[in-house]
Amino acid sequence: MEKYLFVALFAPLVGSLFSLLFTAQKKNVITALVTSALLLLSFVSSLSLMYAVFNGMIIHVKMMDWISAGNLNVPFGFMVDNVSVVMMVTVTLVSSIVNIYSMGYMMHDKGYNRFFTYISAFVFSMLILVMSDNFVGLFIGWEGVGLCSYLLIGFWYEKDTATWAGNEAFIMNRVADLGMLLGLFLIYWQFGSFEYDVVFAQVGGINPAVVTTIGLLLFIGAMGKSAQFPFHTWLADAMEGPTPVSALIHAATMVTAGVYLIIRASALFSLVPEVGHIIAALGAFVAVFAASMALVNRDLKKIIAYSTLSQLGYMFVAAGLGAYWIALFHLMTHAFFKSLLFLGAGNIMHAMDDELDIKKMGGLFNAMPYTAILMAVASVALCGIYPFAGYFSKDLILAAAFNGGNYYIWIALFIGAGMTAFYSFRLIMMVFFGDKVYKKLGFHPHETYPFVLWTLLPLGVLSTIAGFFEHPFEEFTTKLLGKYDFGMSHATEVGLQFLTLAFVILVVLGTIYKYGRGGFSKQIETMPLYILLKNQYFIPKIYEVMIFKPYYVLSRFAWKQIDVRIIDFTVDLIAKILYLLGQRSRKMQSGNLSDMLRWMVVGIVVLLALAIFYRPGM
Amino acid sequence: MITLTHYLVLSGILFSIGIVGVLRRKNLLMLFFSTEILLNAVNIGFAAVSKYYGDLSGQIFSFFIIAIAASEVAVGLGLLVLWYKRSGTIDLDSLQMMKG
Repeated sequence: MEKYLFVALFAPLVGSLFSLLFTAQKKNVITALVTSALLLLSFVSSLSLMYAVFNGMIIHVKMMDWISAGNLNVPFGFMVDNVSVVMMVTVTLVSSIVNIYSMGYMMHDKGYNRFFTYISAFVFSMLILVMSDNFVGLFIGWEGVGLCSYLLIGFWYEKDTATWAGNEAFIMNRVADLGMLLGLFLIYWQFGSFEYDVVFAQVGGINPAVVTTIGLLLFIGAMGKSAQFPFHTWLADAMEGPTPVSALIHAATMVTAGVYLIIRASALFSLVPEVGHIIAALGAFVAVFAASMALVNRDLKKIIAYSTLSQLGYMFVAAGLGAYWIALFHLMTHAFFKSLLFLGAGNIMHAMDDELDIKKMGGLFNAMPYTAILMAVASVALCGIYPFAGYFSKDLILAAAFNGGNYYIWIALFIGAGMTAFYSFRLIMMVFFGDKVYKKLGFHPHETYPFVLWTLLPLGVLSTIAGFFEHPFEEFTTKLLGKYDFGMSHATEVGLQFLTLAFVILVVLGTIYKYGRGGFSKQIETMPLYILLKNQYFIPKIYEVMIFKPYYVLSRFAWKQIDVRIIDFTVDLIAKILYLLGQRSRKMQSGNLSDMLRWMVVGIVVLLALAIFYRPGM
Repeated sequence: MITLTHYLVLSGILFSIGIVGVLRRKNLLMLFFSTEILLNAVNIGFAAVSKYYGDLSGQIFSFFIIAIAASEVAVGLGLLVLWYKRSGTIDLDSLQMMKG
C-alpha cells in the first residue's frame, strides 16, 4: 500500500519537474499530456488507497527524519486515513479534470508549458498539506499551495492587475499565516511534538485556556487561506488568474484547506466549543455577506468567487458546530459543482473573447448548449435542489445549525440559501437567456472543443449524484471524526428540509420569471443598498484608506528618514572614512627608496616597542 | 675586563650608525655600506651572546648572516652597476618609477 501512497504523492511532482524542463521553450503539447497522465495516475492511486482505507486500513509512513535538532524532531511522515483520503481523491480528481480541460483552454497561450508546471506543483503541495502526519508538514504544504496560488494568479504577469492581485493574495495569506505559525509554536511548546497522534492524544490534559488560544490562532490561519472575513478581499481579486486556476485553486481545493485544517484538528476544536461557536458565527456571517455581494456583481467570475466564499462560510458553520463530517461532505460536493461552474465560465469567456460582463451576454444558449446545460446542473446543485449534490450537503449544515439551537445561524444560512438561488439563476438567465446583447457588440460565440466538454461530464455527473453517497460517506468518515448526533425528531428534520427546499425553489422560479421578462429596471442601480453591495460594502476602499495609505506613509517615512538618514548614512560614513584614510596614506607610497626605508624603521620601532612593552596576560 | 655588556653596547652603537646611514644617505653605495654595518652589528651581538651562554648556535647563525650578506652585496652591486650604466647616477632619488 505504501507504494500507492508514494505514487499518489510524487507523481504530480514528477510531472511538474518534467514540464519545468520545457518552460523556456515554445508550446509543447507533451507537457500537458505527461502532467495529465501523472495526475490521473495519482488519482487512480488515491482511489485504491481509498479502497484500502475503506477496508479498515490506515496507512502511516515515516519516510525519513526531516528536522532533528535538540528536542525538536519532525519526521517526513505521511498518513492516509479516512479524512485525508477523501481530500486526496477530491483534489486529484478535480486537478486531473482541470489539467485536461486546460489543454483546450490554454491552447493558444504562450505560457502553455509554464502553466502545467505550476498546476502540478500545486497539486503536489496540496497533497503534502493533506497527507502530512504532522503540523509542520501541513504548514509546508500550506505555504506551497500559497506560493503556487500566487504564481498562478499572477500568471499573466504582463498585466498590472494580475500581479497586483497575486501580491494581494500572497500578502494577505502571510498575515494570516502569522497567526497559524504562532499556533504551531504554542502547540510545540505545550505538547513537545508536532505529530497529530501525539498532540491529539494529550490535548485533553492541557489547560483549556491554552487550547482555546491554539484553536483561535489556527483558525486565523484558516481564515486567511479560506478567505473568510476580514481576509476575504483577495479571493475576488484572484479571479485575474486563468479560469482553470480559479476552478482548481480558488474553488475546489486550496481555499478549502482552512476547513480541512479545522476538520483535521477536530480533536482539538471539539474540546473548546466556544471557539467552535466563533467559527460558526463567522461562517454564517460570511455566508450571507459574500452572497449579498454576489447579488449585484456583473463580473461572471466574481459572482462565482463570492459564491465560493459564501459556501466556505457554510463549511465553517458545520465545522464550528462540531459536525465535521458534514463540513467535509459539503467540501467534497462543493468541489465538484463549483469547479464545474468555473470551468463552464471558462468556456463562456473563451466564446466571448475574455469578456466577463454578464450584461453583454444573454441568449448564449443557442450558441453553446452543452456548456449551458452543464452550468445549469452546477447551479442547481449549488442552490441545493433535490436530487442534486448540494441539496444533501447544504441541508445537513442547515439541520446542524438548527439542531445546535443556534437559530440566528440557521436564519442566516436560510437567507444565504435564498440569495444563492437568486444569484445563481440571475447568472444563468443573464448569460444564457434573454436578449442576444452580444450580437450588437459583435461577438461570435461558439461551443468549445468536444474533448473539453467530455472532461466536464464527470463533474456534471458527480454534481448530480454525489449527494446519494451521504450515508456511506458518513459511515466512512465518522470512523475517525466522531459522530454528529442529530437530536431532533424526524418530523422536524423533514419539515426543515421541505421549508428550505420550497424557499429555494420559490426564489429560483421568481428569479427565472423576473429575468425572463427583462429583469430589474435601471432605477435599482441608484438605490443605496445596491451601491453598497456593488462596492463590496466599501471594504476594499476602507482597506485602502485605513491600511494601505498609512502603511505607505510609514514605509515612506522609514525609507526617507530611517533608511536614508541613519542606516545609509552610517554605511556611507564608514566608506568615507576609509576613503579619506586611503587618500592620506597614499603619500607614503612615494616610490622613493629612502622614504620606504624610513617607514620600515618606523615599523621596526613599533614592533620592538610592542615586543618589549606588550605582555599579554599581565 | 670586557664583559657581555660592552659587546652588546658596541653592537647597539653600530646598529644605530647603520640605521642613521640607511635613513640619511642618498648614495646607493653608501646604503649598501650601512646595510653591511647593520648586519655586522647583529653578528657581534650573536657571537657575544653565544660565547656568554656557551651555545654555538649563535655563532653558526653569524656565519649564515655573513654568507647572506656577501651574496646580497654581490647581487646588489651587480644591479647597481647596471643602474649606473643606464642612468649615469647612483642617487636614490632617481629611483622613483613606482610612485603611487
